[in-house]
Amino acid sequence: MMRYFLLIIMLFAGTSAWAAGAAGGGHKFTPDLSDQEALQRGARTFINYCLSCHSAAYMRYNRMGKDLGIPDSVLLQNFMFGTDKVGDTMTVAMSKEDAISYFGIAPPDLSVTARARGAEWLYNYLLTFYVDPSKPSGVNNLMFKDVAMPHVLWELQGWQKPVLLEETGSDGIPVKRISHLELVAPPAALPAVYQGQTYEQIVGDLVNFMVYMGEPIKMQRYSFGIWVIFYLVFLLIIVYFLKKEYWKDVH
Amino acid sequence: MNTATKYLLAFRDWIDDRFPLIEEWNKHAAQYYAPKNFNFWYYFGVLAMVVLAIQLVTGIWLTMNYKPSADLAFASVEYIMRDVEWGWWIRYMHSTGASAFFIVVYLHMYRALLYGSYKKPRELLWLIGMLIYFTLMGEAFFGYLLPWGQMSYWGAQVIISLFSALPVVGEELSLWIRGDFVVSDVTLNRFFAFHVIALPLVICGLVVAHIIALHEVGSNNPDGVEIKNHKDANGIPLDGIPFHPYYTVKDIPAVVVFLILFASVVFFWPEMNGYFLEHANFVPADPLKTPEHIAPVWYFTPFYAILRAVPSQLGGVIAMGLATVLFCFLPWLDRSPVKSIRYRGWKYRFALTAFTISFVALGWLGMQAPTPLFTWMARGVSAVYFLFFLLMPFYTSTDNDKPVPDRVRM
Repeated sequence: MMRYFLLIIMLFAGTSAWAAGAAGGGHKFTPDLSDQEALQRGARTFINYCLSCHSAAYMRYNRMGKDLGIPDSVLLQNFMFGTDKVGDTMTVAMSKEDAISYFGIAPPDLSVTARARGAEWLYNYLLTFYVDPSKPSGVNNLMFKDVAMPHVLWELQGWQKPVLLEETGSDGIPVKRISHLELVAPPAALPAVYQGQTYEQIVGDLVNFMVYMGEPIKMQRYSFGIWVIFYLVFLLIIVYFLKKEYWKDVH
Repeated sequence: MNTATKYLLAFRDWIDDRFPLIEEWNKHAAQYYAPKNFNFWYYFGVLAMVVLAIQLVTGIWLTMNYKPSADLAFASVEYIMRDVEWGWWIRYMHSTGASAFFIVVYLHMYRALLYGSYKKPRELLWLIGMLIYFTLMGEAFFGYLLPWGQMSYWGAQVIISLFSALPVVGEELSLWIRGDFVVSDVTLNRFFAFHVIALPLVICGLVVAHIIALHEVGSNNPDGVEIKNHKDANGIPLDGIPFHPYYTVKDIPAVVVFLILFASVVFFWPEMNGYFLEHANFVPADPLKTPEHIAPVWYFTPFYAILRAVPSQLGGVIAMGLATVLFCFLPWLDRSPVKSIRYRGWKYRFALTAFTISFVALGWLGMQAPTPLFTWMARGVSAVYFLFFLLMPFYTSTDNDKPVPDRVRM
């Protein structure tokens, strides 16, 4: 009984610390699924950097291959490193127990994360890791306070430090707030495949890929929709004149 | 007459000798006389039937691949979205259909408030309609658990735990509904059973009863005039026209317009910015992690806002229940001799406007994370909502109603 009351009270109590604590990165991002090459680049980053710990257990390799124009032979050679078959889904070898002992929490499956969090959130999340020696992984994040995930993309971004701003709080006590992040250690040299790309571009491609992965049918349903509505409008014209003809006698 | 027509007619007669085919067709279509002055508001009955058909058919096809198990449910929905041929289309039609159902049903009910369709002799018709609405709410609630996302799980957890607020039996009752101490696999299985068979059967039966009752008393119309009061020598209402073909052909364009809007959502905005498919429901249910903000889907938010507005939990549950049940008493709360808003006085017009604003405002407030300001706003607006019903006998009996014409206007 009590726990449900507590649950209800919690729900009624107002915004949580999590929502209030998210400072946000402030970067704007609109996903774009029309550039197939960008999606292929995003897929490569996803498989090289994310898929070691995170699974995408609802996404099949060959579905990705079909949608992004990657032949099975290329999939097997460049995108798949285990004993998986092209029809398999993107699972990980790391066991849940191991993951919990490494990170304190099992990394979530990323198949539909872009739909849960939104593209802009993901974009800002991947841009706003910063050095925080108080955390076990050595980093914290502006979008996800005290996140357990280490800065996996550090070799692409380098390290950022927070620039603090001293403010007087509402109670008159000075408080420190993160004003923005500053790149203090740029990456030594980008891996060859990323030559000429900025970190923002790399992350943008990755987020676009995750948006695609969240709903592989997305681009196709737009084109189906145009035809369906085109047909219905045509039908409407006919049935409207049918109605008009019948109703001529009603006065 | 060619041979094919001859055989078809012979077949019809063969059936008609054994089943009242022509009699029923005439009674409910070809010789059912409906007022000729139906307007925009009279489309939502047929649209509700269209949505019911969409939900039944897509629901059957979803059931072919959905797994009602706590371990498999979330994954089976993604399987439908990715691996089942056209599964995404079937699923989006069903999820959009849920919201569409409430949109057309709310507008259908609002029509009754505009034109006094619940008033004598249509009280029972209205009550059957209210039963459909209550069943539909249950159907939507049970169905929302099935995708087994965070909102599915915690929404069910919150709503079921409301029953524990009832004195004496509350705790046992909520345990009995869940079948477990928390929402679990057992709960999912029984909700699945209710969602796919029990409540759809009840809804279909009630819809048949609703239509039989309608055809017994006859349709109301925007003028609120009884067309049965003026009949010709053959006993046919002077202002009536046969439902078929006139209203069948008039409803078809409306259905097509509806389908255009429906298809726009299904193909272009299936999430409807989080209103039809909530973002947090793309995270699998986790009994150990409460989401920071739990809000029901939009069609329940007016009642959710009332629930939250009352400081005591039991009081909130009672207020929420009352907010839905009060509609049933409209035929007896309304003391005006006039049905249609066209001939009502300023008091009812004012009350209905205030009620409309309160319902929309409560719907919006129910989606927001509660703050002290919002809670006080919800209290004020809830008062308006309840006063619409509770003061109705007074303002409708003293209203400066206008004279009602004898016959309908086109």
